[in-house]
Amino acid sequence: MALLTHLFGKLANAVALLLAVLVMNFCLIHLAPGDPVQVIAGEMGGASPEVIAALRAKYGLDHSLLEQMFTYLGKVAHGDFGYSYYFNQPVLGLILQRLPATLYLAAASLVVAVLIGTVLGVISARRPNGLLSHGVTVLALAGHAAPIFWTGLLLLLLFGSVWPILPVNGMTDVVNPKTGFAYAADVAKHLVLPSITLGLVFVAQYSRLARVNMIDVLSADYIRTARAKGLPERVVLVKHALRNTLIPIVTVVGLQFGNLFAGAVLVETVYSWPGMGRLVFDSILRRDYPTLMGVLFFSAVMVIAANILTDLVYRLIDPRIRAGAR
Amino acid sequence: MMLTKRSFVVGALGGIALMGLPLETKAEGAGSGGTLVIGSTQVPRHFNGAVQSGIATALPSTQIFASPLRYDDNWNPQPYLAESWDVSKDGLTVTLKLVKNATFHDGKPVTSEDVAFSIMTIKANHPFKTMLAAVESVDTPDPHTAVIELAHPHPALLLAMSPALMPILPKHVYGDGQDVKSHPANLKPIGSGPYKLTEYKQGDYYTLEKFDKFFIPGRPKLDKIVVRLISDPNALMVSAERGDVHMVPYFTGVRDIERLEKAPNVVVTDKGFAGIGALNWLAFNTKKKPLDDVRVRQAIGYAANREFIVKKLMGGKALPSTGPIAPGSPLEEKNVDQYKFDIAKANKLLDEAGLKPDGAGVRTTLTIDYIPGNDEQQRNVAEYLRSALKRVGINLEVRAAPDFPTWAQRVANFDFDMTMDTVFNWGDPVIGVDRTYLSSNIRKGIIWSNTQQYANPKVDEILGQAAQESSPDKRKALYSEFQKIVVEDAPIFYINATPYHTSFAKGLGNLPTTVWGVASPLDELYWVTPPKN
Repeated sequence: MALLTHLFGKLANAVALLLAVLVMNFCLIHLAPGDPVQVIAGEMGGASPEVIAALRAKYGLDHSLLEQMFTYLGKVAHGDFGYSYYFNQPVLGLILQRLPATLYLAAASLVVAVLIGTVLGVISARRPNGLLSHGVTVLALAGHAAPIFWTGLLLLLLFGSVWPILPVNGMTDVVNPKTGFAYAADVAKHLVLPSITLGLVFVAQYSRLARVNMIDVLSADYIRTARAKGLPERVVLVKHALRNTLIPIVTVVGLQFGNLFAGAVLVETVYSWPGMGRLVFDSILRRDYPTLMGVLFFSAVMVIAANILTDLVYRLIDPRIRAGAR
Repeated sequence: MMLTKRSFVVGALGGIALMGLPLETKAEGAGSGGTLVIGSTQVPRHFNGAVQSGIATALPSTQIFASPLRYDDNWNPQPYLAESWDVSKDGLTVTLKLVKNATFHDGKPVTSEDVAFSIMTIKANHPFKTMLAAVESVDTPDPHTAVIELAHPHPALLLAMSPALMPILPKHVYGDGQDVKSHPANLKPIGSGPYKLTEYKQGDYYTLEKFDKFFIPGRPKLDKIVVRLISDPNALMVSAERGDVHMVPYFTGVRDIERLEKAPNVVVTDKGFAGIGALNWLAFNTKKKPLDDVRVRQAIGYAANREFIVKKLMGGKALPSTGPIAPGSPLEEKNVDQYKFDIAKANKLLDEAGLKPDGAGVRTTLTIDYIPGNDEQQRNVAEYLRSALKRVGINLEVRAAPDFPTWAQRVANFDFDMTMDTVFNWGDPVIGVDRTYLSSNIRKGIIWSNTQQYANPKVDEILGQAAQESSPDKRKALYSEFQKIVVEDAPIFYINATPYHTSFAKGLGNLPTTVWGVASPLDELYWVTPPKN
């Protein structure tokens, strides 16, 4: 019951937050200089004043900003995210086409980040002041500090040009389209470079987190007990220590979602990954307001959903939180 | 008729490449079939070139839709949907005789009704208003004859019948009363061209498949064309080097060109862009002080070393341009003031214009804008001009714009002193040149109109005459006079022809080198030696 009340409160918060996001998005986007009609006219190679006026009227851009905003909010309330000026399609359809690709990328990057991060963290926690530990820290930090597009280009040149073993653009083989299991394998192959590029950014955070927690856990009494029982070091590390280290990592995964989307914009552009990140990029360049607002809205929904979910999972895992939150 | 010099030469080369193969292979119509993967950074808004100009749409639109005429590499019209055409003596009537066997992708025949419908639709909707402005009506005496009636002679009409400019739309699809600009069929187009659109994965790729009832027998040669939309230019280059994409159209970067020229399995060509006629130039706001003084504009021309820009900044890959009509056009007038680099002359002109240097040697301070996204053609030149003009006492502030819309808004609203710009000729001056110079086209808020606000009644008059002049020689004379006047008036300092290049995988035959290049049907292109994948 308490959980339901809690969930209800969270959802109410989420709706309020989303409304704020919508309004903020609208204002921010319209603050940017430039005019979508100008862009469309530009791409058509110029246009007459009549065409410009007609385009404006068609997209409702001839109304005041306040009117436009309320029209937009009213439409969104009815599940209508408008019509893309640039791509000539309903925004919802565009986003739904692109959503799976971004979710694949986000999921794969998380796996990369958590796996590599945790392993590095655990390794360096064993001898916190050893050379290996410092090396891992430096590497992880370098991965975190390097701009995503730079890492992306580096890997692209390395595995695309110098040692061309991995595909560098798109999500599938377009010459010989696959089906079924082969299709999944094909997508996975195309996913390797983008997910590593995006995942590397977060490796540092996970490895630091794993390291600190591991050091903490390793000094706990039950580890000493386990060692005293004469368990092999491997079992102590994996079975006893790692489990307890993973709990905070799970939390951070939920919080990481927003950052993942931000990173996806760059990664998807470098690797021509047909997801929402690239859609953001394309729509910003074209001042395609409805598409941009739609994508940002959906990203917000997903970040909020991920947070609520993490919160729930965490409450389920750790009873202490439940007691404290009340 | 179709055996032009080009196809003969390429055919011969193809023969050499095939010599190692057994004879049977050649007899089987060698090189038919296979898939061509094109990589492009250009995302099309949709596939209907009747209501959208630009190369992003022209590339697929010219594969999907056939047009009345097509062009060879010497600007000669060739039959396409029209097997013959006739211009009346007074130049007021153009009669097209259509081929009888052309059908749309849905099986319906192409008739003169479709031609009439398309021409009127393009006239009403295409952004190039001058292109078909003279057309009054199109009569259809029989299903295979279309008679175009003109208000006045309109010699540009023949070029306007090119694939990139006059796709023939099916009336039975587009004539349903919906707005053609946002017609759902624009994303699911039905044309009569060599390829039909079978799949469009938004933001990823689109697939064009061979139309097996295409009206020219034996064509197209390829089974499938996939256009991959690659947003990052580096990724695009790597993909071309690897052979993941077999063709990259419309790239301009010197390093990209040199890189692909060195790639072992790639052929790079700068042919196929004469029709588009893209010019890179420095435009002045002629209504702003001190740029309203022609001597100041000329001085800037003399102070900027075009030779240096073209040879050094652009690595010699770009042709210099000295006037409003692009190199490669038969109408280009070379004999104009070239504004050869001359600091003394520049200083003298500035002195005469009354721009005296102050204590620090500064005569005036101006801003320069540029289109973001193509550094070699735009930003680097702007930066160079900053240092070059300093030598004659002009302080230049380079004003960066974060993206195209920001730049376009500034320039369209006359909120600039000088700006770098890239503008296309589109074959005939009436289609793509007049807009920059006609005083009637000074239209605030519209990019690529006469944003220089240049007005010269004499130029207006000449352009008006030339647009209607039926005699090619007289027309050429008029345009040459126009070019001399405009260069003298210097609303624009011409720098270079944008060095567009296309790369092809080795093993392809009949590379498209016509004046429209890849913005025309790729129905002759074929694999001599198909790639292994």
